Amino acid sequence: MENIKNIILEILEKNSRVSIEDMAAMLGMTADEIAAAIDEMINDQIICGYTTLINWDKTEREFVTAMIEVKVTPQRDRGFEKIAERISGFEEVKAVYLMAGAYDLLVMMDGKNIRDISYFISSKLSPLDSVLSTSTHFVLKKYKDHGVVFEKKKEDDERMIVTP
Amino acid sequence: MKPQDYISEKVKVIPFSGIRKFFDIASEMEGVISLGVGEPDFDTPWAIRERGIYNLEKGKTVYSSNAGLLELRKEIKKYLNRTIGVTYCAKNEIIVTVGASESIDLALRATLNYGDEVLVPEPSYVSYKPCVAMADGVPVVVNTKAENSFKLTVDDIKDKITEKTKALILPYPNNPTGAIMEREDIEKLAEFLKDKNILVISDEIYSELTYGDKKHCSIANIDYMREKTIVINGFSKAFAMTGWRLGYAAGPKEIISAMTKIHQYCIMCAPTTSQQAAVEALRSCDDAVASMRKEYDRRRRFMRKGFLDMGLECYDAQGAFYLFPCIKSTGLTSDEFCERLLFEEKVAVVPGTAFGECGEGFIRCSYAYSVDEIRTALEKISRFVKKVKAEREGN
Repeated sequence: MENIKNIILEILEKNSRVSIEDMAAMLGMTADEIAAAIDEMINDQIICGYTTLINWDKTEREFVTAMIEVKVTPQRDRGFEKIAERISGFEEVKAVYLMAGAYDLLVMMDGKNIRDISYFISSKLSPLDSVLSTSTHFVLKKYKDHGVVFEKKKEDDERMIVTP
Repeated sequence: MKPQDYISEKVKVIPFSGIRKFFDIASEMEGVISLGVGEPDFDTPWAIRERGIYNLEKGKTVYSSNAGLLELRKEIKKYLNRTIGVTYCAKNEIIVTVGASESIDLALRATLNYGDEVLVPEPSYVSYKPCVAMADGVPVVVNTKAENSFKLTVDDIKDKITEKTKALILPYPNNPTGAIMEREDIEKLAEFLKDKNILVISDEIYSELTYGDKKHCSIANIDYMREKTIVINGFSKAFAMTGWRLGYAAGPKEIISAMTKIHQYCIMCAPTTSQQAAVEALRSCDDAVASMRKEYDRRRRFMRKGFLDMGLECYDAQGAFYLFPCIKSTGLTSDEFCERLLFEEKVAVVPGTAFGECGEGFIRCSYAYSVDEIRTALEKISRFVKKVKAEREGN
């Protein structure tokens, strides 16, 4: 049987609000077993948090999302770890990925407006010693995120009520 | 003559399906929650739909050869080889049909002579008996039993065989019971059939949907049975493609050729767009099937626990997407239970009797619904069962 922890993660990744009791029923286990597995994964920092997937475009909130490609100089012994840690520390930075390809780090951030982002790049990101260059892209619209297609209407069940 | 006088005697005596009667009532009502549907709630995987759209755009809308696109038959050959471990020749041992339903009809019409008997295990899908009758055969019902987990055993059939017995329908994984036949079950049956001239029509439409470590076994996989077995399967259940109407049959070339003869005159060919899309299904959708299977399995456990919690017996069905809980403890018949449940709680489930008389005392509940829908339905069913049991104790 597939590793039970992986199965729990798979379910939570799709819907983190599913109750422990439901999960136990779905997997043929007891609620205690599921709770223990989840606790263990929280301790091991496999489960790092529970968030909500939001389509902000449908709200009043005004902000821009930028994706910044960053080229850096890796440091002796610590590679990219130190600079990544440094950049990750900024509140406004949402995600930092180490990339293969034309640049090293992909930094995703939200700002109230383009000025905000430009201020962050020019006064915080670019001046960092190991940062060689940046190239910034702005997100215009999110169509799909975390496997979910935004603005897809939930259609009524078109199946007939009873079929053989 | 009045219009009804033109109807053939053969058709007159065939009743409408028991499900239809029920559907007529349920569809008139507002706000019904249903566990009554025999089709997946998933959309057809996008890769398949996208292939269909592409081919429509390209204007690939002509007839295919009678037996189906050779490209598709080659994929079916590979698929049967990797799933049931039987090799068929793509050129003359496979025919693509309008749903597995047409394959059942063709198989019977191509093989039955007037008065030939066909063993039909029940509870089972509603079409077998009428199709046997339409093919001038005589359906001989074989009751399967709850204590055998609704598997078909040699004991079930051995007394039903006469010199007129021509064929046996083998409907596993089973609708409505969710029963499956594993290798050891099939071996016993095959051993018994080995020296008998009985053709097996093996309807394996739910073959992809078995759970846990239980696996469906095709009787054609037993080497001496291959020559007297027609394997029927299709795309509806595994690939969530019900409305595409596409199925197929595989078997000895003489029989497939006879079936193709009928198909050629009645149907010409299965829908070409569906056939092209199905090529994609067999080439790239094993993962999509696996992920649907996983989801069904979770709902299956969730639903079964719900029935057990409300005090209904419900055997651990390992296939298709149905549970077949026993409602005898409520003191109601299947029909009474389903009708009252529909009127009093607006939940539609199907009486076991719609699938044969021996389905009395059972109801078919489909788990091709989201967990939330299943939960809501279970809550209502539980309330209803409590009420009925209380009434019973009151008397």
